[in-house]
Amino acid sequence: MPKSAKLQVSTRRRVMNWLGLGAITLATLVVTVPLFLILGTVIYHGIGGLNWAFFTQMPKPPGEVGGGMANALVGSGIILMVASAIGIPFGIGTGIFLAEYGRNVYGDVVRFTADVLNGVPSIVIGITAYALVVITQRHFSALSGGVALGIMMVPTVGRTTEAVLLMVPQSVREAALGLGIPQWRTTLSVVVRTAMSGIVTGIMLAFARIAGETAPLMFTAFGNQFWNTNLNEPTAALPLQIYVYALGPFDEWHRLAWTGAFVLIALIAITMILFRFATSRGVMRETT
Amino acid sequence: MGVGIHVSHLNAWFGSKQALYDINMEVPANQATAVIGPSGCGKSTFVRCVNRMHETVPEARVEGKIQIGETEVYGRGVSPVSIRRRIGMVFQKPNPFPTMSIYDNVAAGLKLNGFHKRRELDEIVERSLQHAALWDEVKDDLKKKSGISLSGGQQQRLCIARALAVQPEIMLMDEPASALDPISTSKIEDLIFQLKEEFTIVIVTHNMQQAARVADFTGFFLMGKLIEFDKTEKMFTNPADKRTEDYITGRFG
Repeated sequence: MPKSAKLQVSTRRRVMNWLGLGAITLATLVVTVPLFLILGTVIYHGIGGLNWAFFTQMPKPPGEVGGGMANALVGSGIILMVASAIGIPFGIGTGIFLAEYGRNVYGDVVRFTADVLNGVPSIVIGITAYALVVITQRHFSALSGGVALGIMMVPTVGRTTEAVLLMVPQSVREAALGLGIPQWRTTLSVVVRTAMSGIVTGIMLAFARIAGETAPLMFTAFGNQFWNTNLNEPTAALPLQIYVYALGPFDEWHRLAWTGAFVLIALIAITMILFRFATSRGVMRETT
Repeated sequence: MGVGIHVSHLNAWFGSKQALYDINMEVPANQATAVIGPSGCGKSTFVRCVNRMHETVPEARVEGKIQIGETEVYGRGVSPVSIRRRIGMVFQKPNPFPTMSIYDNVAAGLKLNGFHKRRELDEIVERSLQHAALWDEVKDDLKKKSGISLSGGQQQRLCIARALAVQPEIMLMDEPASALDPISTSKIEDLIFQLKEEFTIVIVTHNMQQAARVADFTGFFLMGKLIEFDKTEKMFTNPADKRTEDYITGRFG
């Protein structure tokens, strides 16, 4: 072999390499730059209004300076708890069914339905909750808002749970069954446990998505200017409050809306971190 | 103590493909029995029929009779779970539970069947790990390290300890050393030697030296049929069937 042939990379290859690298770098920037712009804007406008009053005080009457969103924070908390109570168990259940028992027509039907549900505009889900809960109860309520958001969680949690359960090697299931552990116990204590961190990721994605939803709450939780912790009463929620204040005519409202947006993002982030921390205890990492 | 395995007229299928044809075999108690044969001859399927793991594969089917001790494995009303509790299984590739500590791996069979007495669990875990010749290597990290942080050979001994912890009567080993290096392999073989004092051992292998080293009895499978079953010595020195001789002398497979 002539010496020159050794490890020679043609100019064309090198140029292609550069072009390819440039293209994916550009793609990364296109995706991340807007994200940081949004985050930056929200922090820039929102952080100034951050004070104790925002968390502890009720909204002031229009035109007055100050006040906070205490009722909306608590309302959002209640609605999200109801949503999680519905969305997480049903979602995980769906995922377990699809991964462990769904290699058939029933599974295909559920899978297709979940994917369609995932693509349904959130306002349509809101109408569904309106028809199911609000009309039956004859009034708006935190409950109906929770139901709407809970329904939205199910397909996301379900499909990600399915995907991570399928990544658990068959050999792990066999090991458990071979020990004389019943099927249901194998699924819950071995397979689900092995896939736990992935399931948590799915839950967090779904949670982050619904926490900022406004449309499905408009005719379910409806919003409320006053303090309420009753599941059966109309309730304020952070996204709703932001929506109303952002469109309102007062500068003070705009300021509060920005702060609300900042707090909403921060709370979602904190919830995710806490949730991740709480569920990772007792589970061994693969590398330790 | 181990129990014998009596197999009569065993047939097994994957869908429409038959994998085992009319197997008859008497596996003696407290002995090591090797199952040898070329790839795809049905050795694995055979041992997986004994503890009813075969039926966990979709569309798999079994006919015929297997008895372990006095129990009819495929008898009416006999649950696969109750059979598997009496039969330990070690697989080809080490398969510890990835998110569990070493301790939890060994205790899994008991814990997940509702046994939670701390002190007894501690004892059983220690005894099983000692039995599997792994205790000295892991005793300081029992609850700190996960099962899959160990080396391949250690993982396989962990899987053996996990199977021992539920105190089975029979141990099925499906090519337990084929993914391991020579040193780990010889450790596993030493282990089989000791374990057969207490259990009946069936070991699938396509390493004939291994069969000759560890097994008292050997069965030779070919294309889903049991060609010959006899004392290992007899099989390797004076096989009755021409095909056994051809395989053992390396003329095929």
